[in-house]
Amino acid sequence: MLKFVAGRLLQGILVLLAIYAVTFFLVAATPGSPFSSERAIRPEILAQIEAFYGYDKPVFERFMTSLGNALSGEFGPSAVYANRSVTDIIAESFPVSLKLGALSLLLAMALGIPAGIIAAVKRNTWLDYVPMSAAMVGICLPTFVMGPMLALVFGIILKLLPVAGWFGPEFWILPAATLGLVYAAYFARLTRGGMLEMLNQDWVRTARAKGVKETTIIWRHCLKGGLMPAVTFLGPALAGIISGSFVVETIFQVPGLGQWFVRGALNRDDFLILGLTVLFATLIVIMNLLVDIVQVALNPRLKYE
Amino acid sequence: MALLEVEDLATHFHTREGTVRAVDGVSFSIDKGETLGIVGESGSGKSVTCYSLMRLIPEPPGRIERGVARFDGQDLLQMGKSDLRHIRGDRISMIFQDPMTSLNPYLRISTQLIEAQQTHRDIDNKAALFKAIEGLEEVGIPDASNRVKSYPHEFSGGMRQRVMIAMALINEPDLLIADEPTTALDVTVQAQILDIIKQRQERLGTAVILVTHDLGVVAGNCDKVNVMYAGQIVESGSAEQVFYEAKHAYTRSLQKTIPSLQEKGQELYTIPGLPPDLTKTINGCAFHPRCPFPKTGAAETGRPTLKDVGDGHCFADCGYCDSSGSIEDVLAKGDTDDIQLPGEGVEA
Repeated sequence: MLKFVAGRLLQGILVLLAIYAVTFFLVAATPGSPFSSERAIRPEILAQIEAFYGYDKPVFERFMTSLGNALSGEFGPSAVYANRSVTDIIAESFPVSLKLGALSLLLAMALGIPAGIIAAVKRNTWLDYVPMSAAMVGICLPTFVMGPMLALVFGIILKLLPVAGWFGPEFWILPAATLGLVYAAYFARLTRGGMLEMLNQDWVRTARAKGVKETTIIWRHCLKGGLMPAVTFLGPALAGIISGSFVVETIFQVPGLGQWFVRGALNRDDFLILGLTVLFATLIVIMNLLVDIVQVALNPRLKYE
Repeated sequence: MALLEVEDLATHFHTREGTVRAVDGVSFSIDKGETLGIVGESGSGKSVTCYSLMRLIPEPPGRIERGVARFDGQDLLQMGKSDLRHIRGDRISMIFQDPMTSLNPYLRISTQLIEAQQTHRDIDNKAALFKAIEGLEEVGIPDASNRVKSYPHEFSGGMRQRVMIAMALINEPDLLIADEPTTALDVTVQAQILDIIKQRQERLGTAVILVTHDLGVVAGNCDKVNVMYAGQIVESGSAEQVFYEAKHAYTRSLQKTIPSLQEKGQELYTIPGLPPDLTKTINGCAFHPRCPFPKTGAAETGRPTLKDVGDGHCFADCGYCDSSGSIEDVLAKGDTDDIQLPGEGVEA
């Protein structure tokens, strides 16, 4: 197992290096620069700014310096927001997104997985139809519809919850619910599918022939295999959900990471783009590794290779 | 009193294409310690009969339409779910056709063997594990005390079927239902598995229902035989009666298909045509369209019923084929042109 993890980490580092290089050169090849603006800047000032950020050097040399800095955990200053480094921005907003994401994911799993199990066990009854129809709606409804709807009902009409800001636990509920419900829908459908597949297996018939109780059949014989699709989905979902959602953060005015992805791209903030891309890629690599480990733990037919 | 008495069992599947009468009025009985063979082609209703007894038919689409299955005085078909659970795996247990998929790949063999015991007995893990190892040794699994910790995928097909047998017999049931236990296995392993079932049966005094489509298996292992065709028993009796004095045209055709009973170099015999479509009503003998014997009468309505022709040897005499001659003569004459194949004017 140690060998497996070490191998995969090494692989992950190579992937990250590749992603870093591709992103850097793509950004560098894009026309325009972070410092171009509508106002005319005097050429000598522009030259000074470019020198400050190292833009006067050839692109390959810039890449090497930037990579060296990145390896020591420093992604440079933000090219647009003066006096703030990329690391500052991440350090400030990532915890917010992490908290929101973790809450959403907990909600998604707490709702979706039991719903999926029940729907599979009671298939073709109302306990299957009702949650699965709700899940279909959840999947089809974009967050920019779900969010304002929840805000309208719980914030404006019922006046139960604040609709914007990030100042305490009551502010977490609506954004976490908006983001969580969508993922809950995915978890419900995946779990139902996985459990149905397990319940149709021959060994379930064997267990019934042994006189095993239906509840034991579900918990002992089907759950491990039935959760497999949900676990596989968990990796990318986790990375996506904790790195913030631009839409949800914008609707509820949450100072999270998601908005910076968009702002970085719109402002041509080269350093911010690079930093965020590397962060996101790192999350994906780590989550996928964790998912692989969980999968091996759940399925004895898989081995660390 | 017989251990299990089945009367007029009928199991139908209600599908979109119509009602499939998979088992349509089957009666038989089995005594303590006896071995009953059920033979027939695929789709003749052998397995569905067994699953119906254990109530393992997926419902829907399946449904047990009528019948009684008296096991030790209780009707298995009417019994409540929890009573039934106490019988399943404890007093009646089952071995399935495909050992590759019948054991749970996510659980260790030990877990599955211990579960079989703890479902029915108040036994602690240690004692149950000990009994599990003992059970594996009895079915000939080498190094059982270590192997018991393995997962199913670490065993070969033959070994898994041994595990299945050990698991099915661990509670010393009164009746073991073996649904084609050797079909999915290598020929070399088949004999070993049957031997193990036989040995264990003799030690424990278990009655066995052995479902198979291999007549050779039946001949060597069974006391009584039911021959099934299109959801009904067409001939039944002792193994000797069914083998040496086969009456029904189907049984005799089936015997003719055994390769080892044919002369070397001869083309292997196959019964022409296919079994009838069970969604349609069958008039007269279901085997009629494929029967090689000369016809003497016309098809009647309703299927012929089993009649005792002496010493418990029963067969469903259709009365309109002349099956007095030997099947070899009939086939040699080449007088089989009037065999109608499905889709060639056989109407329900």
